[in-house]
Amino acid sequence: MTGCAGCQMEFLRLEDELLDLLKNVEISYFVMAKRVNLEGPYDAAFIEGSISTPRELNELRELREKSKILIAFGDCACTGCIPSILNWVPPAVSAKVYEDFSAIHSKKESFQRIIPLKEFVKVDIELRGCPPHKNLILEVVKSALIQRKPFLRIHPVCIECKLKENVCLLTFEGRPCMGPVTAAGCGALCPSLNRICEGCYGPMSDANAKSLAETFLNKCGLSKDDIARKFRKYSGLTSALFEEANKSYEY
Amino acid sequence: MSIEKNIEVGYISRVEGQGEIKIKIVDNAVEEARFGIFEPPKFFEAFLIGRKYNEVHELTSRICGICPVPHQICALRAIENALKLEVSEQTRKLRMLMNFANHLQSHALNLYLLAAPDYLNHESAISMVETHSHLVKKGLMLKKLGNDLTEAIGGKAIHPVSAVVGGFTDLPSKTTLENLKKRLKNALKDGEETVEFFASVNMPDFERKCEQIALTRKDMYPINDGVLSSTEGLNVNEQDYRKCIKELQADYSWAKHSIVVGRGSFMVGPLSRLNLNFNVLSDKAKAAAEKIGFKPIIYQPFKALMARAIELLNCIEYSLILIDELIPLKNEVVAEGDVKPKAGVGCAIVEAPRGILYHCYELDDKGVVKKADIVTPTAHNAKNIDEDLKAYAMQIHGLPLEEATLKCETLVRAYDPCISCSVHITRLKRSFF
Repeated sequence: MTGCAGCQMEFLRLEDELLDLLKNVEISYFVMAKRVNLEGPYDAAFIEGSISTPRELNELRELREKSKILIAFGDCACTGCIPSILNWVPPAVSAKVYEDFSAIHSKKESFQRIIPLKEFVKVDIELRGCPPHKNLILEVVKSALIQRKPFLRIHPVCIECKLKENVCLLTFEGRPCMGPVTAAGCGALCPSLNRICEGCYGPMSDANAKSLAETFLNKCGLSKDDIARKFRKYSGLTSALFEEANKSYEY
Repeated sequence: MSIEKNIEVGYISRVEGQGEIKIKIVDNAVEEARFGIFEPPKFFEAFLIGRKYNEVHELTSRICGICPVPHQICALRAIENALKLEVSEQTRKLRMLMNFANHLQSHALNLYLLAAPDYLNHESAISMVETHSHLVKKGLMLKKLGNDLTEAIGGKAIHPVSAVVGGFTDLPSKTTLENLKKRLKNALKDGEETVEFFASVNMPDFERKCEQIALTRKDMYPINDGVLSSTEGLNVNEQDYRKCIKELQADYSWAKHSIVVGRGSFMVGPLSRLNLNFNVLSDKAKAAAEKIGFKPIIYQPFKALMARAIELLNCIEYSLILIDELIPLKNEVVAEGDVKPKAGVGCAIVEAPRGILYHCYELDDKGVVKKADIVTPTAHNAKNIDEDLKAYAMQIHGLPLEEATLKCETLVRAYDPCISCSVHITRLKRSFF
């Protein structure tokens, strides 16, 4: 679907495990890697990317019917990820970029929006991240093989950060870290590299975006525009961040 | 009555993204040949507007999951040019190392996992495991080496995180670099074997002269900067890109088509790079190239595979040189947002695995993007692929349909097109679906 193929690349980054994996699963449809692809039905479908055209929507619905387990693979599929920023761009702004604007916005071919899979079909597993770490991909495949629920972390990045004994970038340095509202899974990668979390695993469960927005405003010196920009980066369409971001942002 | 024959591939496999081939032959003449792209556009140039200077590289990285590194570096350099910001020698070298590492993983992926099955009678690398598991393993090992090297420098292999405007937020440890150095040294032999293997496969004999464009440098193999040059005498700095290259709209594709002003389509990528930079190849890469009889200028698009294999070895050797120059690392780190924003326009060209990549941004005094312009390697190549397909179809249309189809697919795969990249922007006007 609409994405960057980074999630497929992360799957292929299982270089050490791939050959063993192939002994246990049959990959029946993977156009980027195979010339002969099978029609289904499938035990599990990993779907990368979001929906932005009717063609993709039809394909998604067919895949749902053919698949026992449907996995939204990566942020684009789960939340719309970075391309979803487009949903807030007023037509007047994008009209300046493209000469033949009427052709782009032909509704027949494009929804003019980025839409996560779950808006259209039942999603069984959300595999978050931009891209989801390869170990999480492996966790989902292994769980499917032994038919148990995968262990995917929905607690905040802060917990992983504490486990790594990092100094808190938000409370000690006053930097606008998205960690407190963001789901774990990365191993607190960015804060461990002296970089604030940007939120690429999407919101954790029960994220308190309102409180974080107030902290950003009062303690980190961010403007309301800055806050909206941060909240509308990887998962601006999710209910956890949507409302806070909508409060102030204008182009 | 006229005889019509169609070569069609509805969804071309073993390339990144969603594309198709349509060739129409009437009375033994190719009437139409096109490499169409139906991957939907993502409108990066629209939604970058209103975003801040320090997030542009993070966002544009997501144009492509195979070549996130050149997108990041190109965006960083363009933004730094707009801000008139100089980065340190160490930062420049780390960025080069990161991009060579990205080329290494991308080339290993294309050569062993995507292209090789065509020459070994297999549908995929998965089916190759049974008969050629050593090749699959070698491909995976080289790809992993590239990924691990990117991860060591950027913190993450796909969409790295520690490269920011002005430098890096964190640096690899000496031990990490030394371990990678050992692995790179061991991989030199695999690199040489890669060149030999791809020189030994039976490549279709097809030649079509076209303009080839790449960055060039006199002192080293170009990767993150250089002079924009071509086999037809182009020789300009990156700021003058827009004076030389313009884009046309193709009604059957969602990607734009690039041409050289006053001339026509052109080729970018490993073959162009190698043809224009043969003298600055690393020692072993040059020796390997000479051994297999690679002599510039080569105009056979299938031989891009050979060029890619030579470059793979070149990447390993240049990475070793860079690591030696980098150790010991100075403790230079920057925090994101250290830079004082100001208004300006900046552009940059870097070499992505598939060829030259161009980014250009206009910033206001608060560092907010007012305008963005991005042209990717596959957009540069798109028109040339069509013209190659047309000429090649003329040569092979007499073959049984299935064979001719596979050969056309193989030609497209030799370009290693990256379709997600090409449709970050477009105008859609499709005549078929």
